[in-house]
Amino acid sequence: MHPAPSVIIFTTFSGLGFGLLVWLGFGLPAVTGWTAFAFFTIAYVMAVGGLIASTFHLGHPERAMKAFRQWRSSWLSREGICAVVALILMALYGAGLVFLETRWSILGILGALFSLATVFTTSMIYTQLKTIPRWNMPLTPANFLSLSIAGGALLAGQVGTAVILLLIAGVIQFFTWKVGDSRLAESGTDMASATQLGGIGQVRAFEPPHTGTNYLLREFVHVVGRKHADKLRMIALGLMTALPVILLMLPFAHWVAVIAVIAHIAGVICTRWLFFAQAEHVVGLYYGKR
Amino acid sequence: MTTLPTSTQKKLGLVIDLDTCVGCHACVISCKGWNTENYGAPLSDQDAYGANPSGTFLNRVHSYEVQPAEGAAQLIHFPKSCLHCEDAPCVTVCPTGASYKRVEDGIVLVNESDCIGCGLCAWACPYGAREMDAEEKVMKKCTLCVDRIYNENLPEEDREPACVRTCPAGARHFGDFADPDSNVSRLTAERGGVDLMPEQGTKPVNKYLPPRPKDAMPEIDVLAPYLEPVVAEPKGFISWLDKALEKL
Amino acid sequence: MAASQPTLDLSPKVSDEIRKTTCYMCACRCGINVHMKKGDDGEMRVAYIEGNRDHPVNKGVLCAKGSAGIMQHNAPSRLRSPLKRVGPRGSGEFEEISWDEAYQIAADWLDPIRRENPEKLAFFTGRDQSQSFTSLWAQAFGTPNYAAHGGFCSVNMAAAGIYTMGGAFWEFGQPDWDHTKLFMLFGVAEDHDSNPIKMGIGKIKARGARVIGVNPIRTGYNAVADDWVGITPGTDGLFILSMIHCLMKAGKMDLNYLAQYTDAPVLVNGDENSPEYGLYLRDEDGKQLVIDRVTGKLTPFDKPGVKPDLAASHRAKGFTHRPVFHKMAEMYLSEEYAPEAVADRCGIPARRIRAIAAELARVAFDEAFELDHAWTDFRGEKHDKMIGRPVSFHAMRGISAHANGFQTCRALHTLQIILGTVEVPGGFRFKPPYPKPATAHPKPHVGMTPGAPLNGPHLGFVHGPDDLALKEDGTPARIDKAFTWENPMSSHGLMHMVISNAHAGDPYKIDTLFMYMANMSWNSSMNTGGVMEMLTDTDENGDYVIPHIIYSDAYSSEMVAYSDLILPDTTYLERHDCISLLDRPICEADAAADAIRWPVVEPDRNVKGFQSALCDLGAKLGLPGFVNDDGSQKYADYADYITNHQRRPGIGPLAGWRMGENGLQHGRGDVNEGQLQSYINNGGFFVEHIPDGANYYKPWNRAYQDWAVGMGLYDSPQPYLFSLYVEPMRKFQLAAEGHGDRQPPDHLRDRIKHTMSPLPIWYETDQQGNEGYTVNALTQRPMAMYHSWGSQNAWLRQLHGRNPLYLPTKLMREHDLSDGNWARVSSPHGEITVPVMEMAALNHNTVWTWNAIGKRKGAWALDKDAPEATQGFLLNHLIHELMPPKGDGMRWANSDPITGQAAWFDLKVKIEKATAPAESQPAMPPLKTPVPQGPKDLAWKVGK
Repeated sequence: MHPAPSVIIFTTFSGLGFGLLVWLGFGLPAVTGWTAFAFFTIAYVMAVGGLIASTFHLGHPERAMKAFRQWRSSWLSREGICAVVALILMALYGAGLVFLETRWSILGILGALFSLATVFTTSMIYTQLKTIPRWNMPLTPANFLSLSIAGGALLAGQVGTAVILLLIAGVIQFFTWKVGDSRLAESGTDMASATQLGGIGQVRAFEPPHTGTNYLLREFVHVVGRKHADKLRMIALGLMTALPVILLMLPFAHWVAVIAVIAHIAGVICTRWLFFAQAEHVVGLYYGKR
Repeated sequence: MTTLPTSTQKKLGLVIDLDTCVGCHACVISCKGWNTENYGAPLSDQDAYGANPSGTFLNRVHSYEVQPAEGAAQLIHFPKSCLHCEDAPCVTVCPTGASYKRVEDGIVLVNESDCIGCGLCAWACPYGAREMDAEEKVMKKCTLCVDRIYNENLPEEDREPACVRTCPAGARHFGDFADPDSNVSRLTAERGGVDLMPEQGTKPVNKYLPPRPKDAMPEIDVLAPYLEPVVAEPKGFISWLDKALEKL
Repeated sequence: MAASQPTLDLSPKVSDEIRKTTCYMCACRCGINVHMKKGDDGEMRVAYIEGNRDHPVNKGVLCAKGSAGIMQHNAPSRLRSPLKRVGPRGSGEFEEISWDEAYQIAADWLDPIRRENPEKLAFFTGRDQSQSFTSLWAQAFGTPNYAAHGGFCSVNMAAAGIYTMGGAFWEFGQPDWDHTKLFMLFGVAEDHDSNPIKMGIGKIKARGARVIGVNPIRTGYNAVADDWVGITPGTDGLFILSMIHCLMKAGKMDLNYLAQYTDAPVLVNGDENSPEYGLYLRDEDGKQLVIDRVTGKLTPFDKPGVKPDLAASHRAKGFTHRPVFHKMAEMYLSEEYAPEAVADRCGIPARRIRAIAAELARVAFDEAFELDHAWTDFRGEKHDKMIGRPVSFHAMRGISAHANGFQTCRALHTLQIILGTVEVPGGFRFKPPYPKPATAHPKPHVGMTPGAPLNGPHLGFVHGPDDLALKEDGTPARIDKAFTWENPMSSHGLMHMVISNAHAGDPYKIDTLFMYMANMSWNSSMNTGGVMEMLTDTDENGDYVIPHIIYSDAYSSEMVAYSDLILPDTTYLERHDCISLLDRPICEADAAADAIRWPVVEPDRNVKGFQSALCDLGAKLGLPGFVNDDGSQKYADYADYITNHQRRPGIGPLAGWRMGENGLQHGRGDVNEGQLQSYINNGGFFVEHIPDGANYYKPWNRAYQDWAVGMGLYDSPQPYLFSLYVEPMRKFQLAAEGHGDRQPPDHLRDRIKHTMSPLPIWYETDQQGNEGYTVNALTQRPMAMYHSWGSQNAWLRQLHGRNPLYLPTKLMREHDLSDGNWARVSSPHGEITVPVMEMAALNHNTVWTWNAIGKRKGAWALDKDAPEATQGFLLNHLIHELMPPKGDGMRWANSDPITGQAAWFDLKVKIEKATAPAESQPAMPPLKTPVPQGPKDLAWKVGK
């Protein structure tokens, strides 16, 4: 898949933003007033910024409101609804904390659950796609949710929990890659099933339909070299999990925490780039590109 | 309505005969012409006369080389457009309801004025049947020429998709798969029509007829009697001829 | 959730008007419905093009090219005005001028030539579909130097067919698609009769009938063939003769057919000392003689009741005169044609050759059938039924564009004739005006008188040395040396030799080269770089060696840059044309048919149909036939000519809706001023079906012959025998043996004796001086492109924007190549460096690429970085019009020694892996473009 910056920014930051909102919803940390304002601002900048970034991916963002209609079948629609509900609930909840120094905890818990649901629905947009076997597995939502919660914990200053969650997210990330690497081969979709010509013999793509490129090739066929990918995975894991965990083990200092957050974000961006760039869409088989 | 209809009154679709398709691209261009001028936004072309031309097409002809365990490699031309799946994943993923499957005939369509251009339907389609138009930024796909097949401004014989009407080799057939006696149902049954990527669970309506066995001419043992020499020596030929002429 | 489905308009208006005309996106000439929509400005514009269901050629279907016509018609590459060269030749620098100025320039060059020495004009038209008109113009001008592009296209196919059986493959005949059960095709090019062949293949596949494809490359029709024979290029003749060997040896021939309808029983003079040795025995009326099996006597072949004897010979004055069939037996029963003897050279296992021969025999004889059509043959014998032999053949450029192509095509005809499958149900059938034997065609004419027309048509069929186009001193009369000892039977001329001969001043110098629709400085020439040099070469005074070049084209092709004066043609939707029975009509085996083009839109540029321009220019030059008695212009334009010209009384360019005594009639008749409108009303074409009972056995069928006379195809019935033995070839051999007054030069005697065998032979075409060049290199035309035209088409160029060189797996491995690598490909003549791709379904010693995808930078209104220019390439750079020197001091032509057909497919190359250059080599500098470059993006919609 084409690793479009808009979707990488979207999944990274909305994941972190909603992850932070989850923690805030549960009152961790139990902030109020200007401190709460600061935390909520960070969460909203990330969550809303991510959502806005995602609209750059749209051909017709001015019609984005239409996307709330199809919650019965569409994960994208559900995500939109969850996000809006979460943001409204958390805005009310946050307003209480900031302006009234009051914790409407049920509102907070509901907001947290919708925030989690938002991340889950985001992950399901990808997970549901049988066309991309690498994504089409339970590890995908686990990966998204674990990163969101761990990142949220990090942002929420839940140092001890964050260390554990980051380690868990790292482990899930590792297995997501490991399992993902063989998903296409295990999916049963290959050139023989795509063309139904396997009964005759070994199938090989000959001339492409057009000598130039097209939307499908630009969108779906992106090949990352194996060595390059391995290197990136190491870097991603290092930035996303290892470095923040080490930094969090050090005596607390704000600058250390800031570096840990930046490292984590950079690591997540890296994994998300790999998430898209390494995803093999089965349509590539028709072009002999897998 | 991005939920799929539980059933459709008809199941309109195509049969594509891989034994007959010569790979001429007539269907590709005829489709481009009709759908540029008709349903929805025109199919645009970027850098049309430049270094990297690329345009929207709803139908493309691939080609594959297949190497059997024994014998010569074969070349198979492979037209591919929307298969109008019964269980169309492109429809259910659509957040706006722009993508839908018609209850009357099962045609999968995009209502372009509702399309936000998110591309998710194209992600969900295993066949590469949907292309985002780079000019109009909406998703384009095969309409099965919904604006031809019922069009009372066309003579009745022309009420079929442009690709079928134009196909010189007759490798494309249009009809109703819900009717077991239709041309497409009979062809599928007789020739063993198959689904592409059945494991994807999309239940495509369009069927592909596999190539007939190739290079299967009987070896000379079977045909040998046809070349039994009439005379051993060239000299004997004329007298054989004389006798043969007597019998005429 | 049906309730929320949007409501669609299922019956939108399709168009405001349908205008029916003839396609010209390739040579196939399909009928098209051009849907027009009225814009806000009230102008009608082309909105959509589809096939015309009523049309005899395509019956509604249309190929990719035809469907992309709207992009051609609106292509930015269209020339906009007459142009006068202002920079050096080859630079592409022009200024736009008026038509008056253009005609004046042309007349200033042409008028003196015509008055002093008309041969100084060489007028050659390329993919011209108006040859009966352009040749008339050239005839009126008086130059002997006229031809179209047949010489580099497929004269071998046409001439071999007409000399052998009075008709050829190509678009002049077709398999009996409705009845054939086994269809065997050899090396087919996909731009002639392409839709009919696709439709036919579809038809027989739907019936479960089978296709055998013989082609080194398994694409297109060969990809759907049930059996594929990946033959070694240039050996088709040997393969065919081997099958003939097998069939004759097994007695698997239609002896009755051979005896009745061919020259197999005709006696051949066996007197070795006679000047007629090897010629037919004829009676005093010139009729071929046979032995009548009933009487045992010498009898004219066409005598009522005669039963020609294939076996008997005639002994007289100590000599035995034996029938043609004896000579065939003697020749083809020889073990040199046994499958085992030819297998290695053909690259086909002997058992496969036998299997295919046996299968042909099985289907031809075991699956024979009868049609209930009574008919009467030319001898007056009545037949209750027509016997069908459901084996049919088709072949095109793949077998003909070799130096042995003429004999190979003849061999294939011999094969189908001995199986008795020509003009019978299930076999190969002629389309009117064929059958028409060589003797019914004109002979070539070169009788030139300054200021007066030529003494007859330029091109035709020679029947012996007396018909050669030689001057009194024995030198060639024509600039292309057609109809000379070098290539005596060059019925279509040799367009590919014109520029090199004119440049060399051999046989003479010319003043003006006038060409139409022929991209000679690019893909239409061998030795492309050399041609560019010849066109721009100057003499010691600094003048161009070819002083003047006039060129007509509709588009900014590579050739435009090499011309001095450009007459801009229209697109095919803006013009009048006639697809005439006088020329290359659109007939079907069951019908005579012709068609028109008419301006479905008027040009929006200062351009004019080339034929209309010739009407103007002909009048300005005062050419007879182009001016009235008072000197005024005779034909206002081509439409006027089409309507009012009469070739013979009652015979005009179009056969439909002529004026008879009792109103309109078809075939013969007087001029009808409303004829074009009648065609338009009928969908742009005219068709007249051949009655049942007249539609098979046409060369010998009285009902057909009478029908053809009525249609004006002949002036009297012309029954004839198929010529398995081509007597004119024997006459050239006799000359080479020393008989007669007209003698070939000594250096050609042996070659003439050898190659002019009156029975088909095969000989090696491996070029001398080719040592080390062992790989066959071919081109094919993609079905979606026609010559160089496709690249200017925004839709088609996306299909084929570049062309790799396809290598078989074996050569890929040998040279350590993988897809996307580059290779240096060289021949004795040149070198190119190009991208490669693997192909398994390919003869293991053959490489190939798509033809004419490569483009010169600056041409066709494309960006200079267009992939056509940077990754596309031409094989033409590797092919020379002359063969490499072989040490005898001569440079022999790279063409068939019989017809002069350019031997494109004899190319042999060497492959080496190369580091990837920035772009395909050789890279030529960009041309200045006389048209603006096209828009960046297109979103084409004419209606709302």
